[in-house]
Amino acid sequence: MMHKSPEMERMSVVEGSYAVAHAVKTCRPDVISAYPITPQTHIVEYLSQFVADGELNSEYINVESEFSALSALVGASAAGARTYSATTSQGLALMNEVLFNASGMRLPIVMTIVNRSLSAPINIWNDHQDSISARDAGWIQLYVEDAQEAGDAIAQAYWVAENHDVLLPTMVCMDGFILSHTYEPVVLLEEEKTREFLPPYEPLHKLDPANPKAFGMFMGPEMYTEFRYMQELAMDAALPKIKEAAALFKKIYGRWRGDVVDEYHADADVLLIAMGSVVGTIKDVIDELREEGVSVGLLKVRAFRPFPKQEIREAIKRAKVVAVLDKDVSIGTREGALFSEIKAALYNTPTRVPVVGYILGLGGRDIPAARIRQIVADAERVMEEGIKQESTYIDVNEEAI
Amino acid sequence: MMARKGTPLISKLAPGHRGCAGCGAALAAKLVLEGAGDDIIVCSPTGCLEVFTTPFPDNAWQVPWIHSLFENAAAVASGIERALRAMGNDHTKVMVIAGDGSTFDIGFGAISGMWERGHDVTYVCYDNEAYMNTGIQRSGSTPLCAATTTSPAGRVSLGKPQNKKNMPEIAVAHGCPYVATTSIGYPKDVITKVRKAVHTEGPTYVQVHSPCCTGWYYDPSLTAEIARLAVETGLYPLVEFENGVLTNVRKIHKRKPVEEYLKAQGRFKHLFKKEEGKEALRRIQQIADDNVKRYALE
Ligand SMILES: Cc1ncc(C[n+]2csc(CCOP(=O)(O)OP(=O)(O)O)c2C)c(N)n1
Ligand code: SF4
Repeated sequence: MMHKSPEMERMSVVEGSYAVAHAVKTCRPDVISAYPITPQTHIVEYLSQFVADGELNSEYINVESEFSALSALVGASAAGARTYSATTSQGLALMNEVLFNASGMRLPIVMTIVNRSLSAPINIWNDHQDSISARDAGWIQLYVEDAQEAGDAIAQAYWVAENHDVLLPTMVCMDGFILSHTYEPVVLLEEEKTREFLPPYEPLHKLDPANPKAFGMFMGPEMYTEFRYMQELAMDAALPKIKEAAALFKKIYGRWRGDVVDEYHADADVLLIAMGSVVGTIKDVIDELREEGVSVGLLKVRAFRPFPKQEIREAIKRAKVVAVLDKDVSIGTREGALFSEIKAALYNTPTRVPVVGYILGLGGRDIPAARIRQIVADAERVMEEGIKQESTYIDVNEEAI
Repeated sequence: MMARKGTPLISKLAPGHRGCAGCGAALAAKLVLEGAGDDIIVCSPTGCLEVFTTPFPDNAWQVPWIHSLFENAAAVASGIERALRAMGNDHTKVMVIAGDGSTFDIGFGAISGMWERGHDVTYVCYDNEAYMNTGIQRSGSTPLCAATTTSPAGRVSLGKPQNKKNMPEIAVAHGCPYVATTSIGYPKDVITKVRKAVHTEGPTYVQVHSPCCTGWYYDPSLTAEIARLAVETGLYPLVEFENGVLTNVRKIHKRKPVEEYLKAQGRFKHLFKKEEGKEALRRIQQIADDNVKRYALE
């Protein structure tokens, strides 16, 4: 019989959405506001049930739209409350205007994005187009690789977002269905450990009749730039805080799934770079390929905002070829966002390694191990022959077009 | 604090804001805050009031105040109210002070949601009957035949082809326990109704008729007079609904013809120049007559 580690002893097999909802419960938000949309729905249903059962003593606002869900949290957070929401795809797109508002007012709202493609054509399955399209909204964005991390990152997100040097809203992005609807062995966050890890939210400014302050004022050209720049400084401050949160989390809970990045044989010749659940598939393929003698490794990008340029540059220095996998595309460039940004991060450095991009897994198309192997083989060819095609849509069925 | 005779109103909207001279909305906000009391948090959407009271770093609000977006004040207020409750604050009141554009049009869905959920929020709409902040465009509150920059009078148009949306009765239909219309032409009426709204538990709605000299084209000294004319002609009935029942109306003693109100403003001047204007004036008079009948104003 296999010996069970103490960690395994504490594991339960739960749905990814449950791991998230449970993590939210241990963080005790004062106000939750959300609107159901597949594949986020289970998270808000679990939270509703916790509230209905009296296990979670939060105000749960059943709003009439995602636009109002986030708007309500803007009000609640400005009033000094810890807040939570979850959404995806069309819901996130509907929130777009409020996203900018929340970050501009420096409100540390935490929201799970259960990543899903955007319409049209309407499609409920996973890719990263929704949160990637919101990348410039001034939110911290963390991408997680499994259900365990989806839950753990919630506590870390609050820790970072509410830090007074940061005060930025934070998205924890998890792949729809692949993570949200799959049952996995997970160590659920323990209440006592979360209490030890996460201090209560102490707002720096809040709506208070005893000390009246104004939020969201009108501002002309003479100050607007400065405010935007202060958001940039907050993002700068967030980067070490994400690292600190991950390290403290490890100390208290005993687990580690990376901080701003995570490396897996990152000393390899062929370096794959990816975000989200595909990281798990890639690690399996890497294990096999390394047995076969292929020098291949992985850089998991966990924080997309703030973008960990320095860490990425360091990791890439050692590689002979870099292959970036994106589940999103900026139409008109034939490039995924991560790919574009990694190239941009390297341009003004001495590192001159070839970087190629692969667009795959759009609208829920499966990414089997064979596809990863194909990308590694392609990247090896690039290492020898140079770049023939900079960025490639994987798996396009030309006959269907 | 109540204004004492002979002393100026000490308002929680500081003087020195950048509203136009004669701005009805600024006066509305002063009166509303007077009725609101000290323990209040105010939320405003984008609009004239927001822009002219908070040009950073100047801030005319002496109460905690938040502006988020043009269409989400009701949702933001909902969140504030629940946050106060979650944090054990059972005394501070929440109020929205919003223009008619954000109320009647773009923010309508969020307001409906807030009312349906029954938040303890007093929603005050200062009704200047158009989008003034963007330069006098029509809203769902713009009255029939008013010319705005997006419903101009022209060779084949007599201005806005539709009448005002009946927001107060929409509020009543949502089950709001207190709904009232009032006018800056009657300052005490504004203060009393707002106070009543704030002290009624649950979602309440107060609509304050707030003439805009810039958008209605009249001399700034006439704001209060024009506001009273709207009431005295029957075009702006001042009413109160409590728990769905019409409980109080401001009676009109000697009703004036609508022309008297319309003639005073540039936004209706085309009606007096064209032959077709006569028929339009008849229709507007009919609206006033219907109001008088509907609410028993006489
Ligand atoms: C989504 C969105 N659309 C349009 C605007 C532009 N806008 C700002 S204020 C405003 C009109 C405001 O009208 P109202 O609510 O009646 O207030 P007022 O300016 O008359 O006081 C408009 C159209 C905006 N800020 N946001
Ligand atoms: S345009 Fe009208 S509403 Fe706006 S400040 Fe001037 S008078 Fe007031």
